[in-house]
Amino acid sequence: MTKYTTVSLPVTLHKRVERLIAEKEGFKSVSDYVTYVLREVVAMHETEKTPAPFTSKDVEVIKSRLKALGYI
Amino acid sequence: MVSVPHGGELVQLDVVDPSHDAFNGYDKSLMLPVSKETEATVLNIASGILSPLTGFMGEEDCKTVLDSMRLSDDTPWSIPVLLHVASSFTPQVRDEIVLTDEGGSPLANLLIDERFKIDRKEYAEKVYGTSDPAHPGVARIFSSPDSVLAGRIRRFAARPGDPFSDVTLAPRETRVLFGEKSWRTIVAFQTRNPPHLSHEYVQKTALAFADGLFINPVLGKKKVGDFRDEVIVAAYKALIRNYYPQNCCVLSVLHYEMQYAGPREAIMHAIMRKNFGCTHIAIGRDHAGVGSYYRPYAAQEIFKEFPDLGITPLFFREFFYCRKCAGMANEKTCPHGEDDHLTISGTRLRELLDGGESPPKEVMRPEVASVIMSDPDPFVR
Ligand SMILES: [Zn+2]
Repeated sequence: MTKYTTVSLPVTLHKRVERLIAEKEGFKSVSDYVTYVLREVVAMHETEKTPAPFTSKDVEVIKSRLKALGYI
Repeated sequence: MVSVPHGGELVQLDVVDPSHDAFNGYDKSLMLPVSKETEATVLNIASGILSPLTGFMGEEDCKTVLDSMRLSDDTPWSIPVLLHVASSFTPQVRDEIVLTDEGGSPLANLLIDERFKIDRKEYAEKVYGTSDPAHPGVARIFSSPDSVLAGRIRRFAARPGDPFSDVTLAPRETRVLFGEKSWRTIVAFQTRNPPHLSHEYVQKTALAFADGLFINPVLGKKKVGDFRDEVIVAAYKALIRNYYPQNCCVLSVLHYEMQYAGPREAIMHAIMRKNFGCTHIAIGRDHAGVGSYYRPYAAQEIFKEFPDLGITPLFFREFFYCRKCAGMANEKTCPHGEDDHLTISGTRLRELLDGGESPPKEVMRPEVASVIMSDPDPFVR
């Protein structure tokens, strides 16, 4: 089964999230909600620091194949 | 901007000639012939379609994927990628083996990191939601050995002679291509059939707001009665030539074995297309489903669990021709009853084409039908 660990939230925030999800479908618990939001935010930050997957030299080689196949 | 590769890095393994020294001098006991389907998986790992995987999964990843649809580093991933081997295949951890195709030609070097067993019933229930052996995916896992090898692919042998090489692009190539076309939003379309008008309307509805369309038919193992790969490609070429504006659409095939895992497979389809650089993927009714194992929109609902997937699903209802609307419509756009809708079952469509009879033009473009009917044998027998 999925493993879990504990993080601390201010009690005021916990209550605020509880109130929010009581009116919203789709989240079973504060933990569910926090996991969802964290994944969304973390993915956004990770995306910002992703390096380019190839060099400009690679690009020229790739372009010549694309030309030969008629894609460009 | 095209999507960033899944997991952050586009995997691009060394590709060498099959005659390379790296594949020579191995004892026969270290050579592992694999099926065509595993061959396609190796190719997809090597070219980055399955990024961030660099090889076959270990036990921890397999477990977290089965339990929570995540790799052990929390990256979304919904179906394990495993190398099943007979228990009579004896190499152990730290051995380097050579994977070969069915004819014995080298495919790749693999350094064994782990050897473990899976519980095939648990696998079936978690991936397919059933352990019914009539389900094709379940049948496949039950017929595979429970012993699996994990490890990184070190070198990949170029595959000469692929009849579809002129319509097969790797993620690095599609990424450059999309950049050349200045596309910022690209919708992927997964298919395993020649195009019906209903598919075309999904694609064109998506195109109405995106810069480009990436049509990515799946080629590979087929069931009896399916359209042959050559026919699917030729039919799409005919559609694009006759009905799409220039510079809005890229056709490239994907060598991949359908798993019929419905919702879990929809996530894998999205991940692969994200690696090609697509920003969106069209997900229709019963996507990647088979029989009645999945609820019609289960493959759309599952996306709610992945706020960090990095590719946006576009959910579509099925299109049909409506006589009253006098055009293509779907249940979200048409108020009329079924009597006004022109629908035709897959079986009936095949019967018509097989008998040399063109289907109604509201179901299939005549140019597409004509390509199919001009093939002496369009179906897998
Ligand atoms: Zn209507």
